[in-house]
Amino acid sequence: MSLHFPVLVVLIPLFGALLTFFAGLFRRTWAWHITTYATLLSFVVSLDLLMSVRATGRISYWLGGWAPPWGIEYVVDYFSGYILVVISFISFMIAVFAGPYVKKQIGPERELNFFVLYLLLITGLLGMVITGDIFNVYVFLEIASLSGYALVAVGKKRGAVVASYNYLILGTVGAVFVLLGIGHLYMVTGTLNMADLRERLPDLYHSRVVLTAFVFFVIGFGLKFALFPLHTWLLSAHSLAPSAVSAILAAAVLKVNLYALMRVMFTVFTPAFVYEAVPITEIFFVITPIAILVSSVMALAQTNIKRMLAYSSIGQIGFIVLGIALANETALTGSLLHMLNHALMKGGLFLLAGVIIYQTDRYHITDWKGLGKTMPLTMLVFTIYGLSMVGVPLTAGFVSKWYLAIGALEAGRWYFIPVILVSSLLTAVYFWRIIEWGYFHEPDDPEDAKDRCHVPWAMMIPIMVMAFLLLFFGVAAFIPEGPARQAAAMLLGMQ
Amino acid sequence: MEAIHSPLPFYVMAVSLIAAGLIRLSKDRPNLREFWTIGAALVKFSLVLVMLRHVLAGQTFSYRLLTVFPGLDIAFRVDPLGIFFAVTASLLWIITSFYSIGYVRALDEHAQTRYFTAFAVALSATMGVAFSANLFTSFIFYEIITLCTFPLVAHKETPEAIRGARLYLTYLLGTSIAFQLPAIFLTYTTAGTLDFTAGGILAGKGSDTLIAIIFVLFMAGIAKAALMPFHSWLPAAMVAPTPVSALLHAVAVVKTGVFMILRVLLDIFGVDLLGDLGLGTALAYAASFTIVVSSVIALRQDNLKARLAYSTISQLSYVILGAALLAPAAVTGGIMHIVLHAFGKITLFFTAGAIYVAAHKTKISELDGIGRSMPFTMTAFTIGALSMIGVPPLGGFLSKWYITLGAVEAGQFPILIVLVVSTILNACYFLPIVYAAFFKPPQVAAPARSNPGHGHEEEPHIYWPWKKFGLQEAPILMVAALTFTALGTILLFFAPSGFLALARMIVGG
Repeated sequence: MSLHFPVLVVLIPLFGALLTFFAGLFRRTWAWHITTYATLLSFVVSLDLLMSVRATGRISYWLGGWAPPWGIEYVVDYFSGYILVVISFISFMIAVFAGPYVKKQIGPERELNFFVLYLLLITGLLGMVITGDIFNVYVFLEIASLSGYALVAVGKKRGAVVASYNYLILGTVGAVFVLLGIGHLYMVTGTLNMADLRERLPDLYHSRVVLTAFVFFVIGFGLKFALFPLHTWLLSAHSLAPSAVSAILAAAVLKVNLYALMRVMFTVFTPAFVYEAVPITEIFFVITPIAILVSSVMALAQTNIKRMLAYSSIGQIGFIVLGIALANETALTGSLLHMLNHALMKGGLFLLAGVIIYQTDRYHITDWKGLGKTMPLTMLVFTIYGLSMVGVPLTAGFVSKWYLAIGALEAGRWYFIPVILVSSLLTAVYFWRIIEWGYFHEPDDPEDAKDRCHVPWAMMIPIMVMAFLLLFFGVAAFIPEGPARQAAAMLLGMQ
Repeated sequence: MEAIHSPLPFYVMAVSLIAAGLIRLSKDRPNLREFWTIGAALVKFSLVLVMLRHVLAGQTFSYRLLTVFPGLDIAFRVDPLGIFFAVTASLLWIITSFYSIGYVRALDEHAQTRYFTAFAVALSATMGVAFSANLFTSFIFYEIITLCTFPLVAHKETPEAIRGARLYLTYLLGTSIAFQLPAIFLTYTTAGTLDFTAGGILAGKGSDTLIAIIFVLFMAGIAKAALMPFHSWLPAAMVAPTPVSALLHAVAVVKTGVFMILRVLLDIFGVDLLGDLGLGTALAYAASFTIVVSSVIALRQDNLKARLAYSTISQLSYVILGAALLAPAAVTGGIMHIVLHAFGKITLFFTAGAIYVAAHKTKISELDGIGRSMPFTMTAFTIGALSMIGVPPLGGFLSKWYITLGAVEAGQFPILIVLVVSTILNACYFLPIVYAAFFKPPQVAAPARSNPGHGHEEEPHIYWPWKKFGLQEAPILMVAALTFTALGTILLFFAPSGFLALARMIVGG
């Protein structure tokens, strides 16, 4: 059984989606239950895969028994194993949250659509992570993208359809760039298997076709993970989608596209090519500080909570890309840790925004006065997330920033330290004002104080689990640090 | 020095953290709640005394709580400097606890549970800083102090209190993230470790410029020491209830700042390195500037607590000055000033709070003749003020004496002028208050309030017997507390041996 785990990771949500559809036709609550169990199952399988990779090394699974250069290969190594666990865990958490949320905020008539699309999205994401075949990446990318576009539009909010349309246009442009990149590589090498490409490409590094392909990959995936300045679609899509969808988009979809770019950069191409042959790191060194600072300032200017969180995502993506560009093990470990931490933080924060909107129907933080009295638990958890976003010690956010800062110093680029710290300070300001409004101001309308919180535990528990993990990984950082460092060493060590 | 591996320092830190939980749980039973505060204070102090005995015998305690990731530990170590600070803070916490109870009950304050909870957490974090074995651990507790004292400063929840608290948070959190954290990053990449080690860890590890940059970042980043120009948060924090100003903004928070500076000077840079690069002298002059300028500002304050705050800024720089002179006698004086200033200043704040509770006065210009109705309070005030000025036989004399000796030893004669000028200024801003209180006729102002409070009709739940004697003092608990600290100021002059022995151990290595 465990022999087939790599393919099961993808098949479980795929068949889950089918089952959800048919079972949901009979009874709606089954849709939620099946989604939850499917994501839980793929999380358990992912965890088992990561364990076995750490114990025995790279796992290669031949789909249908066809040997790699011809057949499709699924690869679990330190890097994909780590990301699989992150993505499947987050999707499980959000699935649990989604049950009561979807019923009230999206409405029973679209409940089924939501869960089927959600599982298809997860199928696409996990497939992108595990596959070792570059064309297969594109296939899963489209599965994930199409369900993603639909999910953005699934809510009741007016404007979400336009946001979804924008997302669709730019997302498709990105996907086409990726497809063109794949086509270029296939044209000169005649292969689609990543490991095979890796062996054949070094002789062709001088070729313009290969260089073009590389640039297409950066732009294509860059559009998909909202690399500054290709981020414009993200703001409306993430802020107008239902909160559960915003959470999965920010926590998982951005991460997987970033993963795909890293996979192409480090395992299809080589670190030597990326860091020496093309000036991509110089470009990143210019755009990431701008992304980090501009997005922090813009986040400060927002009063709509979801728009604020969306801006903040752009800066956080900047941190991860900065770690990649710094080109040493410490910084790359920081990037990988930040992928996990940002998934937990931003996923959790969007869910929290969902909880508060669910209860009060208020999108603007200026209306959140006195929330510490009416929703004490929510506010407490919000504070934990805020502290972690700022990067206060003993929270997970501190650990990844520590690695990035030390990595910047090791690379001799001390001038990124002020960038990291100024962004932390700005983050502190934009989270602190919410905390202060919540705890140290009375509600505008005294009637509010009497309105007790009716948020179901199914929504609160995932948020609390993720908040606990933020604290736990801030104290016992060696637990995610182990796999992250192994993955970083593997990516940089493969010369 | 012999090291004992024992979780005792962790327990000392954790005692008041547990108490904070219990305080929160017994929010509906005020007497039980206050019992936890007093109980934790007593247990904490006794545990500190147990460790003190071992430390005086030349042993240290060390305990590693956990490794966050390789290279970054949360670890505790109890050495003479740490225990010196811990004894001071934990002893004064006991007294302040009694005083606090008197204060909040007499004024019938709101959110008392939040108040006592935050207080207990602040004390835990203070112990955490005192017992930190490395920069990372001390940075964590340093930040916890800032965060958990925010509710105390914002306690009144008036727009003014929120503004003050916001300034407080901005300064302390801002400087620690903007300057202290990069200093820690640079220290880590330069020295490869963050452990406090006698003699320093940076010597010979980096270029002079790099060391100087790290030094400046640390001095700017430890804003709790209120070295100018990073001092404005302290007067802003005076919107807090007076017991908070007394223990936190005269002892725990600000002393955490100077304590961290001492740690960084002695155990990160090392006296030799600072001497070689001339950084000690530079710091000594920065401290001198702070001493004189803040004293001048203090002269112009009419709000009693604001004047005390500026006096604190000036007095904190004595500690820094002593350490920066690098001469053994001066360092001894600087360290001694931690405890001597603590007793004197807490007495002064206690009296300010007592005056507020009993007479509802906050301005110095309103204090004429108040010594007649509040003789105990104003006597204690006089003792505290004289100790600040440095008059024997009061504690404050000792530290000035040692710093003077050290300045001579180091050949820094301009510093002597600073000391003289500062003493004169101290006298100028304290003695007029004493004079007005005892010798000027009382103002015929608004009728004194027998029961100040927020418009509540019923008597506060506190023993308040003074009316029988024709006096108008604050509740007994408060007067007892301030009398006790005033006596402590005198006692420390005659019997400083325990503290002095510790200070000598620190200087001797």
